[in-house]
Amino acid sequence: MYIYSEFDQDFLATRNAQFRAQVERRISGALTEEEFRPLRLMNGLYLQLHAYMLRVAIPYGTLNSAQMRQLAMIADKWDKGYGHFTTRQNIQFNWPRLRDVPDILDALAEVGMHAIQTSGNCVRNVTADHFAGASADEIADPRPVAELLRQWSTDHPEFQFLPRKFKIAITGSPNDRAVTRAHDIGLRMVLRDGQRGFEVIVGGGLGRTPVIGKVLAEFIPEADLLPYIEAILSTYNSYGRRDNKYKARIKIMVNELGLDEVRARVQRRFDALRAEWRGADQAILNDLRRAFAPPAFRVASTEAYEIAYKNDPVFRSFADTNLAAHWQDGYAIVTISLKAHGATPGDATSDQMRLMADLAEQYGHDELRISHEQNVILPHVHKSDLPAVHAALQQAGLATANVGLISDIIACPGMDYCALATARSIPVAQEIATAFAAREHEIGGLKIKISGCINACGHHHVGHIGILGLDRAGVENYQITLGGDATERAALGERAGPGFAYDQIVPAIERVIDAYLDLRANPQEEFIKVFQRLGAQPFKDALYQSGDRADAA
Amino acid sequence: MSIRFTPAVVTANDLFEGDVVYLTPQGGWSRIHSEAELFTEQAAAESALAAAQAQPDRLVGAYLAPAHRGPNGPEPAHFREAFRARGPSNYPHGKQAERMC
Repeated sequence: MYIYSEFDQDFLATRNAQFRAQVERRISGALTEEEFRPLRLMNGLYLQLHAYMLRVAIPYGTLNSAQMRQLAMIADKWDKGYGHFTTRQNIQFNWPRLRDVPDILDALAEVGMHAIQTSGNCVRNVTADHFAGASADEIADPRPVAELLRQWSTDHPEFQFLPRKFKIAITGSPNDRAVTRAHDIGLRMVLRDGQRGFEVIVGGGLGRTPVIGKVLAEFIPEADLLPYIEAILSTYNSYGRRDNKYKARIKIMVNELGLDEVRARVQRRFDALRAEWRGADQAILNDLRRAFAPPAFRVASTEAYEIAYKNDPVFRSFADTNLAAHWQDGYAIVTISLKAHGATPGDATSDQMRLMADLAEQYGHDELRISHEQNVILPHVHKSDLPAVHAALQQAGLATANVGLISDIIACPGMDYCALATARSIPVAQEIATAFAAREHEIGGLKIKISGCINACGHHHVGHIGILGLDRAGVENYQITLGGDATERAALGERAGPGFAYDQIVPAIERVIDAYLDLRANPQEEFIKVFQRLGAQPFKDALYQSGDRADAA
Repeated sequence: MSIRFTPAVVTANDLFEGDVVYLTPQGGWSRIHSEAELFTEQAAAESALAAAQAQPDRLVGAYLAPAHRGPNGPEPAHFREAFRARGPSNYPHGKQAERMC
């Protein structure tokens, strides 16, 4: 993986010293909150319901064991002994004190980490397929390009004051695990005549105006990608709306100007600036490819795995649910679920972080990933080591075999932490996971995603079942959407009807699931397939059969 | 026609800790909702809010939060304020851990 250069380290040291001085000036009264707020946000520091929150970037979700251990240390020393992994592959600490934040940032810099551009109207942390560089279905590892984008966008002078925040996701695989169609820019690697390039998708996004991204360019050769993206950002910076915060994302610009007009303007900008790019980016990209070269895989017998798989039903269940196919023979990708039944989705204690770091170091070529689905991945584990890895995970409460199942829920922090939330998300996720734990393998693959407000951090629009928590006349109320899809077949869910009260949302989901079990042609027909075959109506009938709707909202 | 004033407490986040504080009848700041002063008159509430907003050296984001009279002092009138007064529901952290609610 990429290790910070001297340039990166100097940049971080300067930036952290700057922020330390800004905090001191805020405390001394030299800066007002209005002056300080944009400065702290640029450094990932929010003020939430109960405390400050520090959002730390994990670029494209990749980190090594030393970085994970440092996150654990920070959780113990300056927070409450845990961290929350987010849908942008970042980690959030929920309880830091203002005076401690400069020290936390220095501790992060020691391991090449930071909180820069995790907030504000700039290019945010670039997200990537969490199986990048490991998955059997991949054309090539997209992370060298993701790192190039990180370097290019960090402190880019032209793009520090965009109309609104800007999110980029990238995948090197035809099977989209990075939700590229719900990003301001989505990049999907494609091959044309043996040449590598990207399909460029623009104007996707969730939030209060959910839009599936549109294809701006079917194929941009890799050498033209960065100037082409700069042309998109530059066009957005010039023509994106600044009069209304809720109409400022690029998706609104695309809808108002039309895709063809946006394409023409981007092309004009690209034609004007392309000549300024003289190949330095490609030289850096070549170096980055070496930094992301595959580890030294070993060749060994997989007999230990096969014996455990045959004899141990608990291991077999874990293997069937939490492993994915690796491109290297004898290897597997391990997803460690941070969704133990009844636990907070995406949370890991400092002990769990250290254990995962140890496993990565001992068995996983020192690599970890954070997925946008709020789990942790060991991308490169030899199959012969899987029984030992599983046994260690069991000891730490990390062996829940539920990846891709109903309890593997994405949930935003909701009103338990977030100042923007209109209802709670976490307890709803906890209760659903607990309610279905006994029969989730029977139910099969199903994605539930929960947001605690219309900003949709919990991706509810693209959940097979989406849940949106709202405040209806001073009471928590939950709307259900059905049929969303976060993959390459991206689709927005359809609102089922009136919302449900807090104590009625789990029974409502139970009615949907019972209807699905009745309707499916066979146990292999997953929920989303039944929805695509039959539409929303049978599920709406099941939802509202007993007349216990909460209101007519 | 004027909108009827809802009784409220003055609340903010502490600049240093980030946690929730309430203006007391003595003019100080408490971590405990029931120790807050309940304002039933709009003019008095707005004047107290303006005074709070003039303390940027220790407070962030002061505002009026709806509340009503309870047996032990003011109680939050909205569930958001109830969470702020107590802490998150997934862990015993925040005020509930420090027996401040």
